[in-house]
Amino acid sequence: MPLIKIRDLHFYRGDRAIFDGVNIDIQRGKVTAIMGPSGTGKTTLLRLIGGQLHPDKGTIEVDGKNVHKMSHRELYELRKRMGMLFQSGALLTDLTVFENVAFPLREHTELPETMIRDLVLMKLQAVGLRCARDLMPSELSGGMARRVALARAVTLDPMMIMYDEPFTGQDPISMGTLVNLIHRMNEAMGLTSIVVSHDVAEATEIADYVYLLSAGKVIDKGSPVELKRSSSQWVQQFMQGLPDGPVPFHFPGVDFKEDLLTPEVQA
Amino acid sequence: MIGIIRSLGRWGLGVFERLGRGHLFLVQMLAGIPGLFLRFSLVIQQLFSVGVLSVLIIAVSGLFVGMVLSLQGYYVLVDFGAEESLGVMVSLSLVRELGPVVSALLFAGRAGSALTAEIGLMKSTEQLSGMEMMAVDPMRRIIAPRFLAGLISMPLLAAMFSAVGIIGAFLVGHGLLGVDDGAFWSQMQVKTDWYDDILNGVIKSIVFGFVVTWIALYEGYDSVPTSEGVGRATTRTVVHSAFAILGLDFVLTALMFGEN
Repeated sequence: MPLIKIRDLHFYRGDRAIFDGVNIDIQRGKVTAIMGPSGTGKTTLLRLIGGQLHPDKGTIEVDGKNVHKMSHRELYELRKRMGMLFQSGALLTDLTVFENVAFPLREHTELPETMIRDLVLMKLQAVGLRCARDLMPSELSGGMARRVALARAVTLDPMMIMYDEPFTGQDPISMGTLVNLIHRMNEAMGLTSIVVSHDVAEATEIADYVYLLSAGKVIDKGSPVELKRSSSQWVQQFMQGLPDGPVPFHFPGVDFKEDLLTPEVQA
Repeated sequence: MIGIIRSLGRWGLGVFERLGRGHLFLVQMLAGIPGLFLRFSLVIQQLFSVGVLSVLIIAVSGLFVGMVLSLQGYYVLVDFGAEESLGVMVSLSLVRELGPVVSALLFAGRAGSALTAEIGLMKSTEQLSGMEMMAVDPMRRIIAPRFLAGLISMPLLAAMFSAVGIIGAFLVGHGLLGVDDGAFWSQMQVKTDWYDDILNGVIKSIVFGFVVTWIALYEGYDSVPTSEGVGRATTRTVVHSAFAILGLDFVLTALMFGEN
């Protein structure tokens, strides 16, 4: 049974359909990548799974329970077992690295200070930032901030973790570190991971299964190898990053020649 | 014509929607307060940033307002040979009106705008969202302690404003203008009523503290999460707070002193 089961998901912003009948299964213990061009609602999908947004139609079940039928208390209990890595890191700017990672423990447990220290140092050691524990978030690079956020996301040993564009805006070394970390964490902790990304190379490197979303629909799904062999032109354009194809290079409008020959008449 | 009616309707709906959201926000915020008594350290931290850090501006402003009041009052009273009533005039003006109102306006400018900017930035940097996903309710962890701190700080700051104002008035009245100090203090003590004047002033400042902190926190929480959005929200906090303070001051004054 999949850990997350999304069925017939519809979600609108105003009149615009972000999701128009999407079905997704996230298997336990696997890394599932959700990919698609910018603006396809990948982050929105994570917020729907986390219960921060409500679908207009359809259901999202996490561990067999409908997220949007839960009480406030049940939802917060579920979130303790969910980790989320925000694109920005979302670190609390008035707390040090150590306090940021300790934050969920202080909020949800009554552990003694010595144990909190040990746990936090273990998590920081895993992401290679144990000795950066006294820095403030403003003193961290983007890659380091994401690693701290990753340490914080796994502090409560969740069953799953959602990564929102973890590779965006990273230099090659940080990117390599993050790819490696996500892969290792998933294996070592037996996590279920959802990686939302449009970095094809990195996401397919660690993903066991990939969903491709565009215009509110699942365009294709399968293992990275299967998708690379897909006969769909759209999938090929996306996977290979071709500038022109089914997704046109030019913003739709009147023909260029016609546009040049028609003098613009404006008062 | 239809266009005007339509945009008017849209504007009206927008206003009521915001009002509705603001009140729901208030209910959620108040629901978070009982839990704070178990973790009062959160409130104490906020008492420092909301209250203690506002002391300087409140004290300095209070001193100057009292000094000006004393100067202006003296020149009116001296014509009637009533300059010995300067103490009463100053204390009643400060305790009943200027203390609560001016300190609330200053509080909105100093602490209210800081609260809105802080919450707005926390929203735009996804810190509030991040907390929600860590199963920590930002209404209880972030909003409620700040609200309680504002509610506690405001009457204390208003009292400080009035006290420092009276000292300023005495320094000018007695030191500069030569009003008899015995008359200044004794008339003040006789004519300033504990219930009618001081308590009513305290009630006013509690109401202002409630409203200003509510507006500041709501504007931050409801702001558009961009730098421009946070900037606008901060401006709205100061403007709306000023309107609310002055409007409520009239209503409260009419209720408290209307019968006299």
